[in-house]
Amino acid sequence: MKYLRDIGSYFVMITKVFGSFTKRSVLRELIFKEIDDLIISSLGIVSFISFFVGGVVAIQTALNMTNPIIPESLIGFATRQSVILEFAPTFISIIMAGKVGSFITSSIGSMRVTEQIDALEVMGINSLNYLVFPKIVALLFYPFLIAIAMFLGIVGGWLAGVYGGFTSSTAFIEGLQDDFIPFQLFYAFFKTFVFAFILATVPSWQGYYMKGGSLEVGKASTNSFVWTSVLIILANYVITQLLLSS
Amino acid sequence: MIKVEDIHKSFGDEEILKGISTTFEKGKTNLIIGQSGSGKTVMLKCLIGLFKPEEGRIYYEDEAIQDMDDEKQRTLREDIGMLFQGGALFDSMTIEENVMFPLRMFTKQKKREMLERVNEVLARVDLKGVNKKYPAEISGGMQKRVSIARAIVNRPKYLFCDEPNSGLDPKTATLIDNLIQELTHEYDITTVVVTHDMNSVMEIGQKVVLLKLGKLVWQGTKEEIFKTDNEDVTSFVYSSDLFKKIREVQINEQ
Repeated sequence: MKYLRDIGSYFVMITKVFGSFTKRSVLRELIFKEIDDLIISSLGIVSFISFFVGGVVAIQTALNMTNPIIPESLIGFATRQSVILEFAPTFISIIMAGKVGSFITSSIGSMRVTEQIDALEVMGINSLNYLVFPKIVALLFYPFLIAIAMFLGIVGGWLAGVYGGFTSSTAFIEGLQDDFIPFQLFYAFFKTFVFAFILATVPSWQGYYMKGGSLEVGKASTNSFVWTSVLIILANYVITQLLLSS
Repeated sequence: MIKVEDIHKSFGDEEILKGISTTFEKGKTNLIIGQSGSGKTVMLKCLIGLFKPEEGRIYYEDEAIQDMDDEKQRTLREDIGMLFQGGALFDSMTIEENVMFPLRMFTKQKKREMLERVNEVLARVDLKGVNKKYPAEISGGMQKRVSIARAIVNRPKYLFCDEPNSGLDPKTATLIDNLIQELTHEYDITTVVVTHDMNSVMEIGQKVVLLKLGKLVWQGTKEEIFKTDNEDVTSFVYSSDLFKKIREVQINEQ
């Protein structure tokens, strides 16, 4: 019963977010601030992880190629497929659920605890639009972050493969170009948009409807990470089934 | 003026407000007092529309809030200033941005005009040189004053204060009380203050409403408090040693 109520309140929240809009000039500033907080500030960690995970994928593929018949280009091929299809969109989103999700929940939760949300409501401001809408818009830029993750993952794979002595640059690049299906890029970016929406709204919901004090803000942040991750994994499964299995 | 007619509010099975009717007058500081759990804050939140009562009506001037559409309620809220118990200042904004916030949201003033008004109200609450500081960088008493400045910056018709003195030393508490009363007269607004502080009652209680377990048990002026024989009033007021002694002196004088 509680889960049904929670699901209901999540969708009620979504409708209210797109209700009465905050003054445009204020909203514009909020959106730029959120882009800085959620996207720009994540560039460093996303780049770092992508680069090294790409490298590890290349090394792991190379080390597991014991059969001499398998061409060396498979290292580039496997790196491209792993990074574009799963690592960049899904794995980075799980990391972002921890970084960005916890930030959103704790910042909105703290505002709830200290009556700042009540203050907005008393002033006649649609607090959900004021707080959540700019985050949704900011996370529309999330696919750019994922594109950077894809690029750096492949660069990391290439550097690790070539300079680690596992493959030649030519073979790696040949592998990158083998059997490239552009629809897979569409699939990766489509799910990135879905994950972005989950990343913006689920942590906001956790923070907005939390009750209690500062201890509960911590609990809400943990719940936010758990639920955002679970929903990203479920959405990933459903989208993959719908778009790739046919 | 705000008129309340027979409001009931429950949470689950527990009825918190049990049919309260009263009037809060314009140009006066109206106090809602009572012990913890008596329903004061719930009543205040019903008045400002954060809670919706299941029964009863709340009139702002002659119009019931229940009859107003969303747009009208939103407009009404632009006329409301609220001082929250903890100040409720926006952490991510400087003091200047906090006070300017209602002006940015609801007026089309230029930044220079807004800054002038911000400086005017900050000076009115006796705060200077804090414009660029963040709420965490100033004391609790200063935060309350900033919160008052934010509440009055848009010249509201109604001012609500939830426990304005909580967590403050007696001197700062008196200063805040007096500021609230002065602003009420200066702007000729309807002020409603929720408190359980008897010093506040004595300082600014032009109309006092006593709640007990969700019911209104007495209302009158601060002067009438010492004259009434109402048991609920005497048990609330004379729970403090100081007021017990005042009572003894009064009886001896009689």
